[in-house]
Amino acid sequence: MADPMKIRAQMKGDVAEIRVLMSHPMETGQRKDSAGKTIPAHYIQSMNVTVNGKTVVDGQVGTSVSRNPVFGFKVKGAKSGDKVVVSWVDNAGDKRSDEAAIS
Amino acid sequence: MDMLRRTILKGASASGMLTVALAAGVLKPEQVLAATWNKSAFESKDLDAALKSLGASAATESKDIVLKAPDIAENGAVVPVEVTSNIPNTSELSILVVMNPFPLSTTFNFSNGAVAEASVRLKLAQTSVVKVIAKADGKFYTAQKEVKVTVGGCGG
Repeated sequence: MADPMKIRAQMKGDVAEIRVLMSHPMETGQRKDSAGKTIPAHYIQSMNVTVNGKTVVDGQVGTSVSRNPVFGFKVKGAKSGDKVVVSWVDNAGDKRSDEAAIS
Repeated sequence: MDMLRRTILKGASASGMLTVALAAGVLKPEQVLAATWNKSAFESKDLDAALKSLGASAATESKDIVLKAPDIAENGAVVPVEVTSNIPNTSELSILVVMNPFPLSTTFNFSNGAVAEASVRLKLAQTSVVKVIAKADGKFYTAQKEVKVTVGGCGG
């Protein structure tokens, strides 16, 4: 399984601010290595954020997203202690799921 | 899968815990992921094709979409972009980098209290217009901004 994500979820007023750093090479499939061989495309294609089990953000991702993606979202109606789960799946079928509580 | 072990061990005496783990998607991540990857949109090689695949060819310009991106990006490999739609009932935001080999970078669907706002970090191959598409009540709206790039971010 890939390296864990870093999730930061904090209440700012009545809105939960969620920031997630994912660990992923996000290879476009257009780069060549030092031997001249094309590095195959390897990138996150979909991601999902739930708060207390309910989906809040459903995302589709392509190769224009930077290596080790960072995403930020805001959720109204969430509160301290709520559980945030972030998941992703990449084009190779690898996946990762991590969680954090809103502080 | 340490989380799983701990959850099961903790919940051995209280089967309720396992239900919580299931509902939270810890057991089966793939069941939580509902977004089907829009292949034709993400593999479109130009803006018009990508917009067509999104159904957004007729998107109208809107001043209620706020697009924050640097005027000049020194490093095209990591360009921070923040998008907010103040259009009521915005359910979806897509961000495109017009001059990239595959312009569509992300599409986000919002529900259950999520604000129509997202911040991302994008690769820009060269100076390019960054374009946002917002979908609200079945209609599409757009805003854009040019970002100048000094060192391109896609090649090795």
